[in-house]
Amino acid sequence: MLTMSSVSKSFLGARVLHGVSLDLEPGEVHALVGENGAGKSTLMKVLAGEYTPDEGTITLDGTPRAFSHPVQAQAAGIALIHQEFALLPHRTVAENVFLGREPVRRGLVDRRAMERRTAELLAELDETGIDPRMQVRELSVARQQTVEIVKALAASDVRVLVMDEPTAPLADHEVELLYALVRRLAARGIGILYISHRLREVFDLSRRITVLKDGRKVAALTTAETTPDEVVRAMVGRELRSYYPPRAEPGEIGEPLLTVTDAGNERLTGIGLTLRAGEITGVAGLQGSGRTSLVRALFGAAPFTHGRMTVTGRTLLPGSPRQAIRGGIALVTEDRKAEGLALRQSVRDNALLVTRAVSGVGTREVGGLLERVALRSRGQGQEVRYLSGGNQQKVVIAKWLAARPRVLLFDEPTRGVDVGAKSAIHTLVRELAREGLAVLIVSSELPELIGMSDRILVMADGALVGELPAGAAEEDVMRLATGDTAGPYEGSAA
Amino acid sequence: MTTTTTTTESPIPNTAVRAVRRLGTGAPVYALLVVLLAALAITDPGFYEPDSFLAFVKRAAPLVILAAGQYLVIVSGGFDLSVGAVVTAGVVAGAEFYGSYPDAHWLLVTAGLLVAGAVVGLANGLITTRLRVPSFITTLGMMLILEGAVFYWTGGSPQGVLPQSFREFGRGTAGGWLPWAVPACVVVGAAAVWLMRSDFGRTLLATGDSERAANLAGVRVPRVRTLAFVLSGAAAALAAVLVAGFSGVSAQAGRGLEFEAITAVVLGGVLLGGGRGSVVAAMVGAFSLQALFTLLNLQGISGALESTVQGVIVIAAVGLGATGRPGLNRPRRHRSQPSGGTSS
Amino acid sequence: MTAVPSGSAAPVATHRPHALGRVRLGDPVVAVWLAALAVTLVGWIVVVMDGGEFMTRSTVTGILQNSVALGLVAVGQSVVILTGSLDLSVAYLVSLGTLVAAEMMESGSVLTAVLAVLALSAAVGLANGLIVTGLKVNAFIATLGMAFILRGYIEDTYTGPAGHVPASFRRLGYDRIGFVPVSVLLLLAVAVVAWLITRRTRVGHHMYATGGDEHAARLSGVRTGRTVVLAHVLCSLCVGAAALFLAARLGAGAPWAGTDARYDLESIAAVVLGGTALAGGRGGVTGTLGGVLVLSVLDSIFNQLSVDPFFKNVVRGVVIIAAVALYARPRSDRAAGRPRRAGRGRVKPGGAPGLPGQEQSA
Repeated sequence: MLTMSSVSKSFLGARVLHGVSLDLEPGEVHALVGENGAGKSTLMKVLAGEYTPDEGTITLDGTPRAFSHPVQAQAAGIALIHQEFALLPHRTVAENVFLGREPVRRGLVDRRAMERRTAELLAELDETGIDPRMQVRELSVARQQTVEIVKALAASDVRVLVMDEPTAPLADHEVELLYALVRRLAARGIGILYISHRLREVFDLSRRITVLKDGRKVAALTTAETTPDEVVRAMVGRELRSYYPPRAEPGEIGEPLLTVTDAGNERLTGIGLTLRAGEITGVAGLQGSGRTSLVRALFGAAPFTHGRMTVTGRTLLPGSPRQAIRGGIALVTEDRKAEGLALRQSVRDNALLVTRAVSGVGTREVGGLLERVALRSRGQGQEVRYLSGGNQQKVVIAKWLAARPRVLLFDEPTRGVDVGAKSAIHTLVRELAREGLAVLIVSSELPELIGMSDRILVMADGALVGELPAGAAEEDVMRLATGDTAGPYEGSAA
Repeated sequence: MTTTTTTTESPIPNTAVRAVRRLGTGAPVYALLVVLLAALAITDPGFYEPDSFLAFVKRAAPLVILAAGQYLVIVSGGFDLSVGAVVTAGVVAGAEFYGSYPDAHWLLVTAGLLVAGAVVGLANGLITTRLRVPSFITTLGMMLILEGAVFYWTGGSPQGVLPQSFREFGRGTAGGWLPWAVPACVVVGAAAVWLMRSDFGRTLLATGDSERAANLAGVRVPRVRTLAFVLSGAAAALAAVLVAGFSGVSAQAGRGLEFEAITAVVLGGVLLGGGRGSVVAAMVGAFSLQALFTLLNLQGISGALESTVQGVIVIAAVGLGATGRPGLNRPRRHRSQPSGGTSS
Repeated sequence: MTAVPSGSAAPVATHRPHALGRVRLGDPVVAVWLAALAVTLVGWIVVVMDGGEFMTRSTVTGILQNSVALGLVAVGQSVVILTGSLDLSVAYLVSLGTLVAAEMMESGSVLTAVLAVLALSAAVGLANGLIVTGLKVNAFIATLGMAFILRGYIEDTYTGPAGHVPASFRRLGYDRIGFVPVSVLLLLAVAVVAWLITRRTRVGHHMYATGGDEHAARLSGVRTGRTVVLAHVLCSLCVGAAALFLAARLGAGAPWAGTDARYDLESIAAVVLGGTALAGGRGGVTGTLGGVLVLSVLDSIFNQLSVDPFFKNVVRGVVIIAAVALYARPRSDRAAGRPRRAGRGRVKPGGAPGLPGQEQSA
């Protein structure tokens, strides 16, 4: 039905796609996997008319197509569901679904027809919880995603649906609903290109798998005939073992630097934990279990409302990030671009941000720190928005190291970071622990969490529900996190 | 304790390249100023006589000072529409004060006005940061309040005469040749440059760029942003003292200055919305605007048409500057992919 | 506002957090009309206690009359603001409009004068829109530049009132039906048309979409540039109507007709008072009319109490700041029920091409 052949694309002289070919049959779920930066998103944006390819052709139902605008691709039946939804939160579901093609009767928008048609489309997908007249912001993220899909279906006779990391924003219990939706869409004869780096999803849903690496197609596999290991090998181009630095020796773990007893707030209950010098503590849990709330509470960004906490021997229940920083705590947040960096400022200004903001804390010798985190940049004057994800993360870490913390909290330390930088960051984190810092890592990538941690705390429903030793099996972690029943685990690599 | 081996590439050695790059954010405005100054030289060969040039700088001084204050607010992500009203209020209040206490020392009155301006700025800042009213609305309301209050107080027609000693600062000269306004301008400029290189200045820029990131890095965001408003208010009061000196008491003293100051800052390539731009470029923008006014005068264009030409030039300058910077008329949108291939 | 009284098409809605029929006090539109009512009642009591009379035919007529000019401008301003833009040139356009109207009526027919004013307005709006979308100049600067341009032309061409408006057209300014001035009907007609366009037509939907999230709108096939241009043209046409009304009222054109009343900033204040977000994408004409009413009821009360006219400005400033501070309060009812999730995958908060402030602090 759909064939893309030898598609190439360059940006500012840098080649992002090298002659990639791909085909898709009606009713097929075809997974597209690869590391960050492998070219998945670019390929899909070429397909959806957001980018024009430099070379190569797209054929749909035997007809060659060239799209120069997303609207043309939509009209041809190719719809792309972005990771970031293109929905207007303050408009109704129906208004969003029909945005840009509102039905008109006697010069005015036919709201009734719009709402009726939206309701029909929702009903076809067995989605009963959405009223077309509700405002989008009143819906959960999963339902917003459904609206986004319905919007695509309303736009045209959709033949190809591209879903870019559709489970990324979803809570775990919502993932099953998405699976069901994807299967229903496929059953209607729609070809689905499913981009993901979570292999469990890929193996659950897809019929075929195409692996991209560095802008090239490196493998085309049939799901039933391959294994996750083979896919991972193709993705990273090497074996994954020995990926993590060695764990702490028993003698390296020192005195407690941070202790929390019986603390909580509206999201967290009965939190008690101890972080020790030299030790990396991992926190596992499903999305929504309170992992992020925990680190934000420890850092004073969403403070504990009650409880006791001591940091390096002094009592401190931080009520603001500033207090936490003064107490020697640092937090590398999950959303680097919105929360970690001032993107238009230079590497140097970002690295010095904490030191400058909180007087009496930290060092101004950032040159050595930037070397220490092995930053690759065009000098300290470069604006951080031009750096890669991995280098941006290194700037964030340098910023916190400049503040000379004793306790270092990481929320998703390697999200959106390429493989090379990832292992550099892992090594760095271990070194920091070895130098006597207490480190806590939250990660939704279980292999990373298990590979890095000296012990693992598991969270569920805003509470700590268990502790596991270093090297625990993924199954054990998941059993605790889900309350026995094995849930979908998140990704096995990358 | 071994560290990873890859290192930062050495910083670019060529200082000239860096200087050019540093100017880069405001580059068009420097070109604009050069063109305007050249045009002035052609139109009026006597323009570069020390006297007439210093007189030009003197006329530009209030706007330059206002632009420096406005820059601080804009770069932190806000607007200050109240500065024109602060100037008017400052001039009128000074006159009224001398009406009651004719013997007050000029230094005392000047200091009093600066404090009053800072207090207005403090109110702007607190309302904006604590009550979360958009600064556009806060300072618009403040403008109505100040104008109303001043005229209510003076019964609509400001009276009183400013003594020579007070007006000396705005109209007089140091050593018989250097208008006081010139060193005032230089001092404000130097202070602004120093401020923007200081921890506060860097923090202010980062705050304007990303308030969330700044907050999580321990920046006291409300305090930093409020301080920008305070400095803008004080700068406006200083401008009021200069304006009172050379124009005397008028109910129209500061009218429209807020828009001229914002125009100057934007001409200097400063991003509305915050986080980017240089204070020097903003002040150069103010000089350019004043040079434009002067040029139009010399060209015999009536005072009225002056503003038409000003409007055209402002739109053209910003329009030309915007073509290379698609982000200018939108707030930041973080996209990881280069947008080179997108059509439309 | 959001309500559609159809009962048929709704599917089985398991839950609907805000019943459509129920009045939402948190809705700025409801709030501003309640505020107008409250201000009226309080003012009535205060004036009566002061020994004066309020809510007489003449005061009501006065209030309505005073609402018309600002109302017309503010309706136009709502259209551009909700599209995510802004217009600072309205005050000078009002002035120029009265001058053009009065001069053409003096020499020619009323009809040509009306058409000329509307054509002039449309041209100014078109220019504003094209500068914002084509040259990509920030709306604040673009329309400020346009204001400078118009001001220069006015001050260069006119030194004082000019032209003469014939009695037939002045009836627009003075006639009334019962106690309702005819001009109020003009305002209502313009408001209804503006409401229909923004709420019920495709382009109106696209205006909300463009103001809410320009990128999302463009991805959905909305021609955002054309939409913004059209919003500017609509705004300027409303301003032209205001100019015609003021010409009828004044009997001549006046260079200060728009600027003395500060229609540029006052109209923005009325729009914001009416609950339209400065960032765009939310709000509308209905709230703006409420905002205008609050301002003119306040004016009328102060007149009755013979308050110093300058003091009125002080109160205005306070009211505007206080109202927006109230809107800016976090809404506990919304925030409570819904767990907030981190950035990924959520719909993005709207951007404001006109006013790229970033003041919704963390």
